[in-house]
Amino acid sequence: MTRLESAFSKPHAAFVAFITAGDGDTAANLDALVAGGANVIELGMPFTDPMADGPAIQSANLRSLAKGTTTQTVLMIANEFRARHPDVPLVLMGYANPMIRRGAQWFAEHAAGAGVDGVICVDIPPEEDDTLGPALRAAGIAPIRLSTPTTDAARLPTVIEGSEGFLYYVSVAGITGKQQAAIDSIEANVSRIKQSTDLPVAVGFGVRTPEQAAEIAKVADGVVVGSAFVDLVGEFGTDAPAKLQELTSAMASAIAKARS
Amino acid sequence: MNETTPNSFRTQPDDRGHFGEFGGRYVAETLMPLILNLEREYRAAQADPAFAAEFDDLLEHYVGRPSPLYFAERLTEALGGAQVWFKRDELNHTGAHKINNCIGQILLAKRMGKTRIIAETGAGQHGVATATVCARFGLPCIVYMGAEDVKRQSPNVFRMKLLGAEVVPVTSGRGTLKDAMNDALRDWVANVHDTFYIIGTAAGPHPYPEMVRNFQSVIGTEARAQMLERTERLPDLLVACIGGGSNALGLFHPFLDDTDVKMLGVEAAGHGLETGEHNASLLGGSPGILHGNKTYLLQDENGQIDEGYSISAGLDYPGIGPEHAWLKESGRVEYTAVTDEQALEGFQLLCRTEGIIPALEPSHAVHAVAERAKQMSEDQIILMNLCGRGDKDIFTVAEKLGVEM
Repeated sequence: MTRLESAFSKPHAAFVAFITAGDGDTAANLDALVAGGANVIELGMPFTDPMADGPAIQSANLRSLAKGTTTQTVLMIANEFRARHPDVPLVLMGYANPMIRRGAQWFAEHAAGAGVDGVICVDIPPEEDDTLGPALRAAGIAPIRLSTPTTDAARLPTVIEGSEGFLYYVSVAGITGKQQAAIDSIEANVSRIKQSTDLPVAVGFGVRTPEQAAEIAKVADGVVVGSAFVDLVGEFGTDAPAKLQELTSAMASAIAKARS
Repeated sequence: MNETTPNSFRTQPDDRGHFGEFGGRYVAETLMPLILNLEREYRAAQADPAFAAEFDDLLEHYVGRPSPLYFAERLTEALGGAQVWFKRDELNHTGAHKINNCIGQILLAKRMGKTRIIAETGAGQHGVATATVCARFGLPCIVYMGAEDVKRQSPNVFRMKLLGAEVVPVTSGRGTLKDAMNDALRDWVANVHDTFYIIGTAAGPHPYPEMVRNFQSVIGTEARAQMLERTERLPDLLVACIGGGSNALGLFHPFLDDTDVKMLGVEAAGHGLETGEHNASLLGGSPGILHGNKTYLLQDENGQIDEGYSISAGLDYPGIGPEHAWLKESGRVEYTAVTDEQALEGFQLLCRTEGIIPALEPSHAVHAVAERAKQMSEDQIILMNLCGRGDKDIFTVAEKLGVEM
C-alpha cells in the first residue's frame, strides 16, 4: 500500500493540510501539522502569479519568494521532511511554469528523489497532460487532478482518466480561501464523483474551522485545509508552529469524530 | 528556415489550440469547461454569415473602417530608401487597433447570452476599447488595472469611467498588467456563469490567440487589397510593434503565405536588452507557461516571472502571443527590439515629417522602419501598421524630453 493509500484507508476522513514552502520556518510548521494530526501534507510551491489563489496564499507566495525560495529550496524541504516523517504522504501543489522550467523529467525525478508522493498542478488540465503527466507517472508520482462545480457529468471521465492518488474536489467555483460551498451541494457532488471512480475524493476551498471540516468529513474521503494555516504563518511568523498545531489538533479531532 | 517548413503558415493552430509546441489551454479546471464552450460558440459564430455581417457593419459605421493606406512621402524622402506606407489603424474610433477585437468579442458575448464583461488593461487602451463596446451594447464592464497604471494613466481611467466602466485598481502581486490579468482570471473563475472575459491581445488560453488574431486580421486583409489596388504589387517588408502581438498578427497573418513578403516584429528593448530592463520576450526570454498558454516569457531560472519594463505601457507585459513564438521558431517572421530612446526618436521623426503623432508602441516600429528603409532601394515598399495614436503619450514624452507641461 502506498503512503497515500494508507492515509485514505483510515476509519475517518484523511486530513490534508496545506502550507506554502519557504514561508516562515517551514520545517517547524510541517512538524506542527504532523504533530497536530494531519494525515497528508500538501506543500505549496511558490509562484509569482498564483492565478487560482486568494489573498492569503498570494501573500504567502510573495513572502516566500522575497526570502529567496527556489525550486531547489522546495525540494530540499521535501527531502528533509521525508527523512523526519517516513510514513506521512507529501504532495506538492503549484503552477506549471516552475514545474517544467528545467524539464518535466528533471522535476519528476528530483521530486521522486525527495520522497514526494503526488503533484497537483493547478494550470495543467487533462487536455495538456503531456506537459507533465507522463514524466510524473514514470517517476512513480501520482498526478492529482482537480474536479470543480463546473466539471459536469460529460467531462468528469476526462478528469478521472489519468488521475492517481486522490481526486481533489474544489467545492466552489472561485479562488482559494474565500467562501465555503453549502454542504448539501458538496455531498451531492462527492457522491456523483464517487459513482465514476474508486479514487478517494478530498474536498477543499474555504474550509477554515473544525466545524466545517467535520461536516465535510462526514461526506468525503478527505478534507483539505490551506488558507487558514497560511494565515497563521502570515500572522505569527516563526511563532506559528504552536498555533498551527493547536488548530490542526482541533480539526483532526473534529474530523475523527465526524462519522461517529 | 527550419527543415520542416510547412506548406502554409496560415493553418495554425491545430484543433487543440497548439501553434507548434506553443499555445494550448493551460487553465484551472474551473475554467476548462468555459474555454471549451467558448470555442464551440466561436466556431458556430464563424459559420454564421449573420455574425460576420454584424461585425463588418460595426467596423464600417462605428469604428470607421477600412482604415486608410497612406504613402508617407516626406518620411520616405527623409530616409532616402524604400517607400514607406502606413496602415492607419490609429484613425479608428478610440484611437487604436484594439477596438477591432473588442467588437468581435462583445458580439460573441452577446450571442452567448453573457451579461457581465471583464477585461484587463495596462496603459488603458484595451480598457477604453472594452468600455466603449460595453457602453454601445449596454453591458456592465469591470476593468482590472494595476494600481500603478491607474495613477500613471489617469486620462484613460477617466475615459473608462465616463463610458460607464468600473475600474478596479489591482494591488495584488506587484500591481502591474500581469497582476491585472491574474485578477481578471480570478474574477472569471468566481463568476463563470454570467461573465465574458474580453482578452486584449492574441494570447491566453485557446481559442483566444486564434480568435483575437482573426478579428484583427481585418487590418492585413484590407491592407493587402489596398496595396494591390494602389501599387499593383505586394510590399517587400511588413513591420509592426509587438507587446502581446495582436496588431502585428492582424497585419502579418493575411500575408504569411506570400513568400516574397518579409516581416519584422519589433519588441520593446526598454533600457537595452543587455540591461535586463526590457519587454523583449522573444529576444530576451525563454519558453514557459503563463496565463493559459505556452509561449516565450521573461522569467528566471526557477520559472518565476520577471517584471518587464518599457517606456510604453502597451508593450509592458512579460509574455507574447503563442503564434509569434511559433513564427519566430519557424523562421517566417524576423524579430528585433528597439529601445526607449530609439522609440522616442521614431516618435519625433513621424511628428515632424508627416504631421502624425504616433503612440509610443508603434514609435518602436517607426524606428525599425527608418533603419530598414535606408538599407533598401527606392523601388521597394515597406508597410507598417500604425496601430495607435499618441495623444495618450504626450505627458510621458514631455517628461522624457525634459519639457514641463
